[in-house]
Amino acid sequence: MPTTTRPSRFQEQVLAGVADIGGTLNRELPINRPTIYVYEAPVRLWHWVNALAIVVLVVTGYFIGSPLPTLSGEASDHFLMGYIRFTHFSAGYVLAIGFVMRFLWIFWGNIHSRQLFYLPIWSRKWWSGVRQELRWYMFLEKEPRKYIGHNPLAHIFMVLMAMSITVGMICTGFALYSQGEGIDSWQAKAFGWVFKLFPNSQDVHTWHHMGMWVIVTFVIIHIYAAIREDIMSRQTMISTMISGERQFRDDRED
Amino acid sequence: MGVATETFYDVIRRQGISRRSFVKFCSLTAASLGLSPVAATQMAHALETKPRVPVIWMHGLECTCCSESFIRSAHPLVKDVILSMISLDYDDTIMAAAGHQAEAILEETKEKYKGQYILAVEGNPPLNEDGMYCIDGGRPFVEKLKYMAADASAVVAWGACASWGCVQAAKPNPTHAVPIDKVILDKPIIKVPGCPPIAEVMTGVITYITTFGRLPELDRQGRPKMFYSQRIHDKCYRRGHFDAGQFVEAWDDEGARKGYCLYKMGCKGPTTYNACSTVRWNNGVSFPIQSGHGCIGCSEDGFWDKESFYDRLTTINQFGVEANADRIGGTIAGVVLAGVAVHAGVTAVKRISTKRDE
Ligand code: HEM
Ligand code: HEM
Ligand code: SF4
Repeated sequence: MPTTTRPSRFQEQVLAGVADIGGTLNRELPINRPTIYVYEAPVRLWHWVNALAIVVLVVTGYFIGSPLPTLSGEASDHFLMGYIRFTHFSAGYVLAIGFVMRFLWIFWGNIHSRQLFYLPIWSRKWWSGVRQELRWYMFLEKEPRKYIGHNPLAHIFMVLMAMSITVGMICTGFALYSQGEGIDSWQAKAFGWVFKLFPNSQDVHTWHHMGMWVIVTFVIIHIYAAIREDIMSRQTMISTMISGERQFRDDRED
Repeated sequence: MGVATETFYDVIRRQGISRRSFVKFCSLTAASLGLSPVAATQMAHALETKPRVPVIWMHGLECTCCSESFIRSAHPLVKDVILSMISLDYDDTIMAAAGHQAEAILEETKEKYKGQYILAVEGNPPLNEDGMYCIDGGRPFVEKLKYMAADASAVVAWGACASWGCVQAAKPNPTHAVPIDKVILDKPIIKVPGCPPIAEVMTGVITYITTFGRLPELDRQGRPKMFYSQRIHDKCYRRGHFDAGQFVEAWDDEGARKGYCLYKMGCKGPTTYNACSTVRWNNGVSFPIQSGHGCIGCSEDGFWDKESFYDRLTTINQFGVEANADRIGGTIAGVVLAGVAVHAGVTAVKRISTKRDE
C-alpha cells in the first residue's frame, strides 16, 4: 500500500490508481492521480544491479588502463591484475546478461519499460516536452510538466548516453574478451565483427576506454538530475526507482 | 629435365643437399605449421613428386626487410634451398639476371605457368600520379603488379607494406600507397604481416602453399591462422608479471632489471597478433620483449599511425587535440561536473529567492 502525504481527499483516487494497474497500464492514466505504479520490480532490480555493475566496471576498467603501482616480491605471490581483470569481466557479464533480460522485459512489462529502447521522434507533443524541459533546465520555466515515465529530456539522455553506449561497451568489451578466449570462441564468433570496423584492436581499447568516460559523464548528469528533480519537480524520483511508485505533488494539469 | 616436370626434391639433390637434411626440413616445417608428424611424410612425398610451383617475388615501395628476414630463416636448408625450392623464378633484389633478361622471366612464367604460379609481393603500389612514385622496369609498379597478378593462382602479401600499407602509407600518405588487396581484387590473397614477418613464418607459409597446393586456413583479416591466431601477450613469458601486477615503470628501474611486464611502457603485445613470443627471431635467439623493449605492434594494421610506441593509452587526434582517452574523457567529465555544480548553485539561489518572493 503506497503512503501519500497528500490530504485524504485523494485517498480514493490513490486506491483506484493502484487497484487498476493490472488491466489499464497501456491506457493514458489520468494525470491527477497522485500515485502511479511505474517501474515494476524487474526494472528496479535491473536498475540497481546495472548501476552497481557499471561502478565496478568503471573502477576496474580504469585500473586495467592505468594499472596500480608495481608490487614487489615474486610474481607467484600476487595476482592483482588478474583479479582486477576477472572482476571486470564478471561485472561485464552481469551488465550484458542484465541488458538482454531488461530488453526482453519490454515484452512483458508495462509501457514505461519500453521507453529505454526507442525515442518517439514522430510525436510533436514529445518534442514540445523536450523544449519545455530544456527551458526548465535553463531556468526559463517556472515549473516542469508532469510525466509518468521519463521526462522527454531524460528519455533522450537515457537512450543516447546510457543505452547505446551500453550496447557499444558490450560489443567492444566482448570483442576484447574474445582475444583472450581465442578466435574459435563464441565471443569471437559473435563479436569478431568489431575488428572489421577496427582492424587494429588497439583502437578497440581506445574506444572502449572513451566509452567509459561517456558513461561516467552520463552518471554525473543522471544522479544530479535525479536528485534535483526529486526536490524541484512536481513528482517523486529517487523513491520511485526504489518502490516503483511515482507520487505527484499536485493535481493540476500539465 | 624440363622445368615443368622438375620437382623440388630434384632441385635440392642437384644442389648437393642430402636426403637426411631434406627429411629434417620437412619435419621442422610440419612442426612449425602445427601439423601432425604424418604431415612431414606427406610434405616430403609432395616435394618429391609434385612439380615445383614457380614463385614470382615482386618489390614495390618497401625497404627489403622482408627479404632480409626471409634469407635468415633458421633451418640451414631453408637458407640455401627455399630460394630454389619455391623455385623463386624471379626476385629482382636477389636474382642474378638483370634488365631485359629479368623482365623476360616474368613474361615466360606468366605464359608457361598461367594460373599456376604464386605471386609474392613485398611492398605496395603508390597510386598517385598514375603510380609514377614507383617505377619498376620502366613502368609504374601498380601496372606490373596487376599484370602479373592476373595469371597467378594466389597472391602472398609479405609484410606490413603489402598487407596494410606501412610507413609509406602513413598520414598524410603523399604517394597514396595502398595495400595490395586494394588493387588485386580477384585473387585469393594471404597476408603475412610484420615489419618484417618472422623468417620461419614466411618459409612455413610458402612451404605449405607449394606442398599442399592451397592456401592455409586464414583468419578474418586474411592471415594464416597457424601463425597469427594468438597475441604476443597470450604467449609472452612475462605474462606472469602482468597478471601479478608487476610492471616496468621506467626504463632504468628495478622492474626493468628484473624483467617485469612492459605494459606500462606501452607494450603493444596485448593487441598484436604474431608468433614472436613463440617462434622468436634469429634462430629463436630472442624477440623484442625478451630484449627488454615493448612490442611495437608491427604486424597490426595502422601501427605506424598510432602515435608513440611508449604510451599505454593511445594518443587520439581525431578530435583535433592530441591527448589520450583519459585526458579527453576526464576533461569532459570534469567540465560536466563543474557545470552540474554551477547549475545546482543557480537552482538553489533561484529556489531561495522565489521562496522569499512568495
Ligand atoms: C551507474 C549508475 C547508474 C546508471 C547507469 C543508471 C541508469 C539508469 C537508467 C538506464 C534508467 C532508466 C530505467 C528504466 O527506464 O528502466 C534510470 C532511471 C533512474 N535512475 Fe539511474 N542509473 C544509475 C545510478 C543511479 C543513482 C545512483 C540514482 C539515485 C540517485 C539513480 C536514480 C534513478 C532514478 C530516480 C531513475 C528514474 C528516472 C525517472 O523516473 O525518470 N540512478 N537510471
Ligand atoms: C560500462 C561498461 C564498461 C566500462 C566502463 C569498461 C571500461 C573499461 C576500460 C576503461 C578498460 C581499459 C581499456 C584500455 O585502456 O585498454 C576496459 C578493458 C576491457 N574491458 Fe571493459 N568496460 C565495460 C564493459 C565491458 C564488458 C561488458 C566487457 C565484456 C566482458 C568488457 C571487457 C573488457 C576487456 C576484455 C578489456 C581488456 C582487458 C585487458 O586488456 O586486459 N568490458 N574496460
Ligand atoms: S610484456 Fe607486453 S606482451 Fe608481455 S605480458 Fe607484458 S604487456 Fe603482455
